[in-house]
Amino acid sequence: MREIPVSEVAQTIRDLCIETNTCLRDDHLSALRKARESEESPLGREVLERLLENADVSCAEGVAFCQDTGYAVFFVELGQEVRFTGGEIGEAINEGVRRGYDEGYLRKSIIKSPVERTNTGDNTPAIVYYDIVPGESLEITALVKGAGCDNMSALKMLTPAEGVEGMKKFIVETIEKAGPNASPPLTVGIGMGGPFEKAAMLAKKALTRTSGEPSHEPGIAALERELLEEINATGIGPAGYGGTETALCVHIESFPTHIAAFPVAVNLDCHSHRTRKAVL
Amino acid sequence: MAEEPKRLETPFTSEDVEALRTGDIVRISGAIFTARDAAHARMKESIENGDPLPFDVEGQTIYFTGPAPASPGHVLGPAGPTTSSRMDAYSPLLIERGLRAMIGKGLRSDEVKNSMKEHGCVYFGAVEGTAALLARCVKEVEIIAYEDLGSEAIRKLAVEDFPAVVVNDLYGGDLYVEGREKWRRKARK
Repeated sequence: MREIPVSEVAQTIRDLCIETNTCLRDDHLSALRKARESEESPLGREVLERLLENADVSCAEGVAFCQDTGYAVFFVELGQEVRFTGGEIGEAINEGVRRGYDEGYLRKSIIKSPVERTNTGDNTPAIVYYDIVPGESLEITALVKGAGCDNMSALKMLTPAEGVEGMKKFIVETIEKAGPNASPPLTVGIGMGGPFEKAAMLAKKALTRTSGEPSHEPGIAALERELLEEINATGIGPAGYGGTETALCVHIESFPTHIAAFPVAVNLDCHSHRTRKAVL
Repeated sequence: MAEEPKRLETPFTSEDVEALRTGDIVRISGAIFTARDAAHARMKESIENGDPLPFDVEGQTIYFTGPAPASPGHVLGPAGPTTSSRMDAYSPLLIERGLRAMIGKGLRSDEVKNSMKEHGCVYFGAVEGTAALLARCVKEVEIIAYEDLGSEAIRKLAVEDFPAVVVNDLYGGDLYVEGREKWRRKARK
């Protein structure tokens, strides 16, 4: 059994909120640089150049990369040998968000309900998903998710007969429909399988993978490559101004499903793709 | 390199916007006004109640943004454009009253585009993921209305060389459509 004081968790979350919002992860920066090299449209290259310049400035000055500092989403992998002391874990995470968004000069974008649209004032509640895993470590992956691209995301319960072709068509159509609104070049998270909600969860989690690192399953990796090719053939391009780089990477997470089902969810992330991991 | 930018000064005359074409790269200097969802909803309410708007929109430019808080040493926090389509329900009301330009990102409805053509208003695109760079173009900030809305309050910004691209001009041009068609290709199977 390992004891972790919740105050340590709150501090980690505070730091994660600020770092994730100000400094893009190296793998995403590499993906943007690669896109700048291969983009064929001059205006598209100019957009990519400015995104990279913005990344330098935001990280150096410690200011947010994007004004939409998003929902604060956390995937927590909790070792089953861990015991928290000094308080409650959920409250500690919210406390970390509260401090991070205040001390990091981050925008508070969360409102109390879709109907009663009053700001909660501190960007809480955090959106937290727990997985209990073997061991005694605590891994927290933050995903700062803007609304512009989340709004363009979609889920469809395909029939088994529609199959892989139906899935590809649905994904490309979702991106065509989003066009410039989702702020391309995109990171595309896809969840397939499970019941309804599992597909959506997997799509979101897929966004936290290392940019451009293919799936470990060869069949899925091939599907990721084919989809990336089809998405980049749409011509939407950086910022939607037209170009050859509409998505930087496609990440698919797959899960067993029902004999009667083929659920697929597409969660889009904008060029301001912000995720980071901390291990306690 | 992309073409040399056109330098523009606000407020705009009708001739200023008539000279613009879809795809033109511009640098905007002068006063622009921030407003997004909540501020637009209140302006609509004012119009419906016959009350004056918080500023005279004639010849002016609205920038759809809700900035992050300013950290020490900055006049404004990062401020990239938000998705403009959420303002589609409101924009024609302002365009009819002389609004000459909007800055945002993403698609506009046919109703907005028709209103723009009819009344002489252009739509500029800015890049959301350049929020920190865009804030550097802002030299002065004044909250002029709806302070209680926080980030969504209407701010008058004095900008210098604010970078944007003409998405919709007065002649039916649409960069989002034309750019996509130009670069669309067959996927290699």
